[in-house]
Amino acid sequence: MSQDIFVVIEHLRGQVSDTSYVMLAGARQLSQNFGGNVTAVLLGHEAQGLAGNLAADKVLYVDHAALTDFTSDGYQCVLAELIKEHSPRVVIFGHSSIGMDVASGLSVKLGLPVISSCRNFTTEGKFVSQICGGKIMAEGDIPSPSALITMVPGGYKAELGQSSQPAAVTAVPAPSLEGLRLSVKQYIEPDTSDVDITKEKMLVSVGRGIQNKDNIELANDLAAALGCVVSASRPVVDQGWMPTTRLVGKSGKKVKPKIYLALGISGAPEHVEGMGDSEIIIAVNTDQNAPIFNIAKYGTTTDMFDLIPALIEKAKQSK
Amino acid sequence: MPIRETFWNIPSWAEAAQYILATLTVIVFLFGVARHVLRWRKGKPEKRSGHILARLWSVVVQVFAQRRTLDEAYPGIMHFSIFWGMLTLAIGTVLATVDWDVTHLFFGFQFLKDGIYVVYELVLDLLGLLVILGLGMAIYRRYISRPARLQNLPIKSLSGDDAYVLIALTFILLSGYLTEGLRIAVLQPAWANWSPVGKVVGALFLATGDPTNRTLHVVIWSIHMLTAFGVLASLPFTKLFHILAVPINIYFQPMKPAGVLPPANTDGGMGVKEWKQFTWKQLLDFESCTRCGRCQDACPAYASAQLLSPRNMMIKLDAHIWEKTNGRALHGDVISADELWACTTCRACVQVCPAFIDHVTTFVDMRRSLVDQGKMDKMLQDALSNLGRYGNSFGQSDRMRAKWTMGLQPAIKDARREPVDYLWFVGDYASYSATLTDTTRKTAEVFQKAGLNFGILYDSERNAGNDVRRVGEEGLFEMLADKNGQVLSKIKFQTIVTTDPHSYNTIKNEYPDNGNGHPTIMHYSELLDQMITTGKIKFSKKLGYKVTYHDPCYLGRYNGVYDAPRRVIEASGCEVVEMPRHGARAFCCGAGGGRIWMEEKEVKERPSELRIREAVALNGIQAFIVACPKDLTMFRDAVKTTGNEKSLVVKDLIDLVYEAL
Amino acid sequence: MKIAVPVKFVPDLVEEITIDPSGTALDTTWLRLIINEFDDHAVEQAILLKEKAGGQVSVLAAEAEGVDDFLFASAAKGADQLVKLTGDFSTVNNHALARAFADLLKKGKPDLILTGVQAHNDLDGSVGPLLAENLGMPYVGYVAGITPASDKVIARKEYSGGLVAEIEVKLPAVLGIQAAEKPPRYIAYSKIRQVMGTAKIETSPIAGLDTSGGTSVSRMFQPEVTQRATMLEGSPVDIADKLVGIFKELGVL
Repeated sequence: MSQDIFVVIEHLRGQVSDTSYVMLAGARQLSQNFGGNVTAVLLGHEAQGLAGNLAADKVLYVDHAALTDFTSDGYQCVLAELIKEHSPRVVIFGHSSIGMDVASGLSVKLGLPVISSCRNFTTEGKFVSQICGGKIMAEGDIPSPSALITMVPGGYKAELGQSSQPAAVTAVPAPSLEGLRLSVKQYIEPDTSDVDITKEKMLVSVGRGIQNKDNIELANDLAAALGCVVSASRPVVDQGWMPTTRLVGKSGKKVKPKIYLALGISGAPEHVEGMGDSEIIIAVNTDQNAPIFNIAKYGTTTDMFDLIPALIEKAKQSK
Repeated sequence: MPIRETFWNIPSWAEAAQYILATLTVIVFLFGVARHVLRWRKGKPEKRSGHILARLWSVVVQVFAQRRTLDEAYPGIMHFSIFWGMLTLAIGTVLATVDWDVTHLFFGFQFLKDGIYVVYELVLDLLGLLVILGLGMAIYRRYISRPARLQNLPIKSLSGDDAYVLIALTFILLSGYLTEGLRIAVLQPAWANWSPVGKVVGALFLATGDPTNRTLHVVIWSIHMLTAFGVLASLPFTKLFHILAVPINIYFQPMKPAGVLPPANTDGGMGVKEWKQFTWKQLLDFESCTRCGRCQDACPAYASAQLLSPRNMMIKLDAHIWEKTNGRALHGDVISADELWACTTCRACVQVCPAFIDHVTTFVDMRRSLVDQGKMDKMLQDALSNLGRYGNSFGQSDRMRAKWTMGLQPAIKDARREPVDYLWFVGDYASYSATLTDTTRKTAEVFQKAGLNFGILYDSERNAGNDVRRVGEEGLFEMLADKNGQVLSKIKFQTIVTTDPHSYNTIKNEYPDNGNGHPTIMHYSELLDQMITTGKIKFSKKLGYKVTYHDPCYLGRYNGVYDAPRRVIEASGCEVVEMPRHGARAFCCGAGGGRIWMEEKEVKERPSELRIREAVALNGIQAFIVACPKDLTMFRDAVKTTGNEKSLVVKDLIDLVYEAL
Repeated sequence: MKIAVPVKFVPDLVEEITIDPSGTALDTTWLRLIINEFDDHAVEQAILLKEKAGGQVSVLAAEAEGVDDFLFASAAKGADQLVKLTGDFSTVNNHALARAFADLLKKGKPDLILTGVQAHNDLDGSVGPLLAENLGMPYVGYVAGITPASDKVIARKEYSGGLVAEIEVKLPAVLGIQAAEKPPRYIAYSKIRQVMGTAKIETSPIAGLDTSGGTSVSRMFQPEVTQRATMLEGSPVDIADKLVGIFKELGVL
């Protein structure tokens, strides 16, 4: 029974996810309410190097060949043992393709409550979750003696979860991992033939407001005039108007350009997850209540089809 | 003494041959006709009875006066000449047969003699010339001036059929004059002047002399006889079959209002998946097509993207119904889904067709099958799902339908709570489209200023379903019409008024008869016209603009309302300058038939853009006036995309009324 | 292959969402429920699997407004069995729903269970993995493609950035669907009406709800707008001017 905050680190192909750092930042704040340590939990095979910049008080590292790739089977098995042994106050997972696969199962296995979509914690140590597409916030006490939480990014800056001073790594022997029912056969890389939107300084991004495939031409013209490329939100990619390599959002790429010009994008949380860290967001949307205006620095309700030609003109003139 | 010397110079074996061949010709001809009739009977039943006098009158007007054919001068006169010329010659032949084989054979006298005969000769000679004129015009048109609508047939071999008709008829005419000329050259009758053409032709043979001329006469007479019988016998197997098919098709035209779609076939799935699920009348439609191409010229889908050609559809369908049974599939092989979805249901094709073919109903029947199988693009699917769930295509809550009324003083009456004179059926676009809110509010203000006792259904209104039906989703249409119908039956009102021609069309023509007939409904242009005439609306100034007016498809072509909006415009002090394609020939904006809910495929230029260019080409026009919310949306966009913001402004009819009040 | 698809109905976000007077839950007065979008994809994926490899598809749902229509639509798409849980679901959460489905599925013994990877009103985990643990089955979430084999399937699991892992899953198993291989098909109204005459919805009453493991909310609220963008006014040309100015300032133009 401890007041420690466990953070389950997510990593894929040698990279620790941004969400992991956000979780650590959140855990740091929470540890002030509960008084315990922030313990990063790292599972993998020959992956101890990833512990280098985690802003944790200590790192528990479990190594096993069967943990080379993430599987919910393997992770759940190991984490169940660790949680039973250490009884941390809170265990934080990412609200992602990794964290969500194991958190709920552990909740049933260990009889512990699980709280989803947590964005941040209050100064009193309550959780604040966002649901219903970001339209509703739910706040409450974190149940004792122990609770599991899945966290979404957005509440804390990833930098707060990073540290230049590596924390002490304790190797924990892995339990027997026989009879796993899941095995990774292969990975399929994302298409690299297209431009890498994560490397662009500026992005012209289109959402549902672009209305049809033909208008993408306009966006392309604008991007060409501004010397950048076009990215898109999920509805546009789902319709097949832009390839998945241009998708910005939770299931696409995370971008941090200097300027993110959002045309006809409403600002749903799944999209914001992919571009919320942009330096300056400029939003063009005829709906003045669109949530994008809450994270944008500049905005306008002018019809984008009126604005784009004018912008192309001005951009060409100033070259 | 003038008399018709039938079979002069014709040996008895040739005479006998003629009768034998005539009999054979009739047998083959009847067989050919029967073959067609049996094919039509493979289609599903359809009732086309009643209105006998009206039907017959239409046949008289269209076939004998060639009314629709004459809508275009050159091809009209061309066909009129060939038709009347050939008809007269045919009657002449019948009279000659009766004269020789009936009156002469059984009663011992001929009536084709003396005065009657010479007049007979003159008329036939001159009308034969008319045929030659017509054929000359036709050959020139088809092979020299080559209009676009006669080119690029989907089945290349049909151009052989086209050529055959012109060649065969020319042959008959020329061989006929030669025969006559040769006879006159030999006999030199005193009344030769009554056959002016024959006399001229005869003069050419005076030099060759008697025995040669007689021989030539028999030979050419035989050729003439064989060709004529050949054309007659083969008539049901060539393009000439339209001579029978078209008048029958005109007789069986729908006598219901244009705005009513027939109910869906439910046997073996909804709509038409295989050609045998078409009705006999639709099969007759396909067979009546003469490939004139007027429908293609009128079609906005063809003009903007060439994806759909009504002409090609009919040609392909006509060929398909004769294909072997395990051949190609109707959907996919013969007609593509893209073609079917391209139609805006504007009805320009139906309006212009001289054979009275209804292309639109055939397209909708095939669409019904596509919907039944769920084969549509994602945008349309989403629109239909939204219509089903929220009662509007915008995917917004039904509770937001009356959001446009917020802040209006005095508040608009809730027709569900209190009786009103006029129930204003607002429609989806006028209610939900942010860019149209101003126009809708202006309409409310004008109604109020005119002292109209009106109300709306607030959030109980649903999409009227006109375009849902045209897309082919019969079940959804029924659900929407049912919901609206239930609300309408519970409230008290006298007349429905709407600014949306689509809602107008379906409520007027397709909503159930509550025992007192369909609900009374007026388009706001009709109501404004009425209020101006009765003085309820008085204008304080004359606007003095020069404008053009765009007839909405579902108001004009479908429901015949052309004058009321123009009177309203003129009453406001504006001058209406017509675009070349106006009234029943108006060119569709491209939004109808559910197209506004579909993804846009490759277009050269959108129909709305083509239309704006047509308006800009009129000199000195300041405004483009519309009377439909979708038109307003489409044309405002088109003005921007064609870069004409400085030359033309798009206004709604209500804008003029509002300004002039 | 026997495939079961448990689905959940969630608040329709097209309608206005408000908090009830107690301040701890959503106001149900104007609330309309709609199928969880990911569950809709799960049904489609199940039907696609049946079309590809044969089998039987059962769709299960807890009773709510609109559930009957959805079940009939599923039958029109090709579902073989429709089951509706009946009872008092006013206090339901994902843990309780998962237990209720588990009770039913223990009897049904499906080979594969497909359900949406998440729902936008999830506060206590998601139904898929909760159900899997209750049944002792493995779980893979964020699946956007399934290739069936004899006693296993290959699931394509999506990670962010477009990376996909192909995972061999031993059956029976639960998969959390992110997207079906094709978007959910359209079913014409006439087909649904037709099916209402022939298909039957089996009802299965629940004994009660076990909500333990759930989340207790002390306050529910609409997010406060802390910052708002500086709105640019003027004609499109004016705005274009200002924007180009900003671009130049930041050195991107």
